[in-house]
Amino acid sequence: MSVVKKELFESELLRFITAGSVDDGKSTLIGRLLHDSKSIFEDQLSSITNTTRKRGMEGVDLSLLTDGLQAEREQGITIDVAYRYFATPKRKFIIADTPGHEQYTRNMVTGASTANLAIILVDARNGVLTQSRRHTYLASLVGIPHLVVAVNKMDLVDYSQEVFDRICKDFAAFADELNLHNIEYIPMSALRGDMVVERGDKLAWYQGTTLMDLLENVAIDHDINLNDFRYPVQWVCRPQTEALHDFRGYMGRIESGAVKVGDAVTVLPSGLTSRIKEILLYEGSADDAFAPQSVTLTIEDHLDISRGDLLVKTGETPWVTKEFNAMLCWLSEQALDSKRKYLIKHTTRTVKAIVSGIDYRIDVNTLKQETVDTLNMNDIAQVRLKVQQPLICDDYVRNHATGSFIVIDETSNNTVAAGMISQQIN
Amino acid sequence: MSNHPFTHLDALESEAIHIMREVAAECANPALLFSGGKDSIVLLRLAEKAFRPGRFPFPLVHIDTEHNFPEVIEFRDRRAKQLGERLIVSSMEDSIKKGKVVLRSPTQSRNAFQSVTLLDTIAEYEFDACIGGARRDEEKARAKERIFSFRDEFGQWDPKNQRPELWDIYNTRTHPGENIRVFPISNWTELDVWEYIDREQLEVPKIYFAHLRDVIRRDAGLLPVSHLVQPREEERAEKVMVRFRTVGDMSCTCPVESAAACVEEIIAETAITRITERGATRMDDQTSDASMELRKKEGYF
Repeated sequence: MSVVKKELFESELLRFITAGSVDDGKSTLIGRLLHDSKSIFEDQLSSITNTTRKRGMEGVDLSLLTDGLQAEREQGITIDVAYRYFATPKRKFIIADTPGHEQYTRNMVTGASTANLAIILVDARNGVLTQSRRHTYLASLVGIPHLVVAVNKMDLVDYSQEVFDRICKDFAAFADELNLHNIEYIPMSALRGDMVVERGDKLAWYQGTTLMDLLENVAIDHDINLNDFRYPVQWVCRPQTEALHDFRGYMGRIESGAVKVGDAVTVLPSGLTSRIKEILLYEGSADDAFAPQSVTLTIEDHLDISRGDLLVKTGETPWVTKEFNAMLCWLSEQALDSKRKYLIKHTTRTVKAIVSGIDYRIDVNTLKQETVDTLNMNDIAQVRLKVQQPLICDDYVRNHATGSFIVIDETSNNTVAAGMISQQIN
Repeated sequence: MSNHPFTHLDALESEAIHIMREVAAECANPALLFSGGKDSIVLLRLAEKAFRPGRFPFPLVHIDTEHNFPEVIEFRDRRAKQLGERLIVSSMEDSIKKGKVVLRSPTQSRNAFQSVTLLDTIAEYEFDACIGGARRDEEKARAKERIFSFRDEFGQWDPKNQRPELWDIYNTRTHPGENIRVFPISNWTELDVWEYIDREQLEVPKIYFAHLRDVIRRDAGLLPVSHLVQPREEERAEKVMVRFRTVGDMSCTCPVESAAACVEEIIAETAITRITERGATRMDDQTSDASMELRKKEGYF
């Protein structure tokens, strides 16, 4: 039998996003990472070489690698999140290539929500633009733990250290307002390959790491909350066979923290308590388990537990609340209608909700708070929400898994907003 | 009892189990598409991990073009029996008899027409979710697809109007007649799949391993000789040591030259291969740059 051991936790999988304005060279950067890490296959390379030639250009346009859909190829734009995979001997990487167009901010939020790291691309010729600010704000809002500013197209500014330093200074000023301090800055030319995987010979004045070095080595073990045990019950397993007549297994994924056999647990929202009897894996039973493992738990007492309930360690109780503040990112073309009831899906619970008030909308360029009476696509606002059944939640900053939710329009069934809980209202 | 670190495979596995349990809990009538191919073999192990000691909360469904490799069909039936789970086989022959599929010739590739039979099966059994083994690294249209991929009443995918998918909170809601395709191994690569098969000691059909086979060299690929594919006048069949990287319709699934006789050797080859899985093995993806995108819009999984 083989059991995963927490002390041996290795962060082998890094998820990151690339964000920037149109033409900052995102697709070229991804193409460069894939190309220089030898992750591009021959048939892909020959296909894009052909296409580059058909368009009357020379060489290989690496951006064609990520432009997947027919409409995009026709229009030469990126219209949706594309996921790419590559590996080095050190790590496996999942890239969410998110578009820079204003109308597709929802895709950036989608990509950002699961990322460990964001690469914000800045065109060295243009400096920090509105879109860079928007994307940085979104990255901070969604709480991406690691941020890299890639000052790209250095070849077009004669690899000038002065230009680079000025952009870093401008960016840092903006980042300070967002309380973002842990930012890495890398000058590069994705087109020429400088400082992406190879250092090149044009940026000798820069002493820092290449982008690939950073991606391979950034420590991400603490990106999830390792302290508070949070276990949303997904599925109750009751085989009701002769051999397993009384078996009740609570299946789910440990969203944060760890648990061991014998731990005292509280079931929320009921507040009933018991102890962990077994931690079951397909391979057998384990003494302990930790996030993000999917497991099956059994408990000592016969309690009524169902999907939507949350198991926590007794004494580490989150909020159980029917009214709270949240930052909402509106994703739908249809504006918020505060007279309507929406559905909120939070962990494994889906409840009816109303937006009882909009505290303010954030102007993502100035970070100023504005008064508004509705929310449109791409708006980010702090709102007050009332839900019909209590949610069991944490502040998003403390715990992403129990602090995040989506808003669903009951009529269209579309996902219309993404929410991050900030505060409960008593 | 041996300890091992929490690897990228553990992370991908846990994600996939979480996805399967969400489908089971939130969809009224899901199904798991099982073809006997390596990706769906992985899905079955993930389903065991997600639901044992209980039974699977969904049947296994195979859309059978009846142009499949006999070894794969034998394996499909045996594996379903081993698991003690229900297997529904929907035959394309029925769609042809009903006149819903019209082939230009009896030996024409049936891959593209799977959509018709799949959509009929979804309608007949009223499935609201179909779990499939597609991966985003396979093809560029797949790279843009959500894990929970919403399809309208006609089974169509609209790439420009996908539901935003945030964190791992999945919107599983559908109106009657609509359905969702769910891809728990979206984030796996071909290499991940083989490493997982190795780690879990999963059996796969023999045609995945190197064997001598009569093939024809056509359009820079190898075509297996069968009752569907015979040498044309200027061609001749030759015996070559090959293995299949994918298993699909016999008329368009090409093997690659290989001496890899076991999973470890396949992993070694996959790790250094310079050609994509579909690029090497699927004639139907090479008709145009957008072949997969167009088929998906018509309801292909």
